[in-house]
Amino acid sequence: MSEPLLHATDLHLAFGPTKALAGAGIEVRAGEMVALVGSSGSGKSTLLHCLAGILRPDSGEVTYRGARLDTLSEEARSKLRRDEFGFVFQFGSLVPELTAVENVALPLRLAGAKRRGAETKAREWLERLGVLEVAAKRPGEMSGGQGQRVAVARALVAGPRVVFADEPTGALDSFNGELVMEELMGAARAQGASVVLVTHETRIAAYADREIVLRDGRVTSPMVAL
Amino acid sequence: MTIAETLLGLLEPAPRHGYDLRREYDAQFGERRPVKPAQVYATLGRLARDGDIHVVSVEQVGGPERTTYALTPDGVTRLERWLVEPEAHTPYLQSVIFTKVILALRSGRPAERLLDAQRTAHVAAMRELIRRKSGADLTTVLSCDFTIFHLEADLRWLEHTAARLDKLAEELAEEL
Repeated sequence: MSEPLLHATDLHLAFGPTKALAGAGIEVRAGEMVALVGSSGSGKSTLLHCLAGILRPDSGEVTYRGARLDTLSEEARSKLRRDEFGFVFQFGSLVPELTAVENVALPLRLAGAKRRGAETKAREWLERLGVLEVAAKRPGEMSGGQGQRVAVARALVAGPRVVFADEPTGALDSFNGELVMEELMGAARAQGASVVLVTHETRIAAYADREIVLRDGRVTSPMVAL
Repeated sequence: MTIAETLLGLLEPAPRHGYDLRREYDAQFGERRPVKPAQVYATLGRLARDGDIHVVSVEQVGGPERTTYALTPDGVTRLERWLVEPEAHTPYLQSVIFTKVILALRSGRPAERLLDAQRTAHVAAMRELIRRKSGADLTTVLSCDFTIFHLEADLRWLEHTAARLDKLAEELAEEL
């Protein structure tokens, strides 16, 4: 079996007196879709944030492509997130002042791409996700479903190796939620990207190849791929 | 599935014979439980006896005799009544799982294990249905969705129960 792309062992993290993670561990392989599930406060979002290098655990290790990620400087982690990862969150993923096309072009622009090229590519992604008609609109002028599809386009435009999605359908009705999931998983699969998905909905988790159940900051059932 | 009314629905557009009806029934509704030929012919016999359908023709081309049926006005009335009549809630799998949980707890066996196993099986079934929906026609998608949403309800119950097992065990211990 190949080396895991992401590997976390025995993660502990407390916010004041609250233990968010109490020994959680996980492996994610290249191209694998993993869902982190569990009730509110189980630690699933905190685990995602540690894996993505947004939060630094109090103890334990996170490795990405064989190298420690949790010990990197804030700047190095920020660069890693920009170059290698894509993100979709429940709310507020998009920059409100920018249009859809500018939002999607943003990761490319931050990586140094010229405006015209970045926006051409952004348009291709908007078209692929069926939201080209909102290209010139700002997030406030789009429906929730359109906004999330734009966010999916932005997460994937720069060809990330891992997409982190934290409750990507949480603010959507079930129909739009499914459309977003199909597009997110379909596009990530086509690019060979791994997906780490946090959701409290089992129906959404079932889009992943495998689910990891968290309870009280620990992984309780590392169910194998079925 | 109420075979009689379904056959009336399939017969409504045009007269057809039993073999044809069975084929369409299976194609549209019989995926998990195909209807037996004998069921179709027996049901058609009863519908004809009750005056909901009538025989249009009987022909024999090479093989067995083929009887073609058509809907009567009474049949249309029965079909229309059935279409708008609300269906009773169907008890689902939970009742069996519920029995297992109670028996496990009463005997001091670990109920978590059976809930986890059930959850794994339900999620696997859900994942398979989601795979089947991908690129499928809308009839298939909606048929899969029906099962997916029911599985989801079961899963929610499993999670609620899993979170309250200790309390349930205590309550049962008091009763015994």
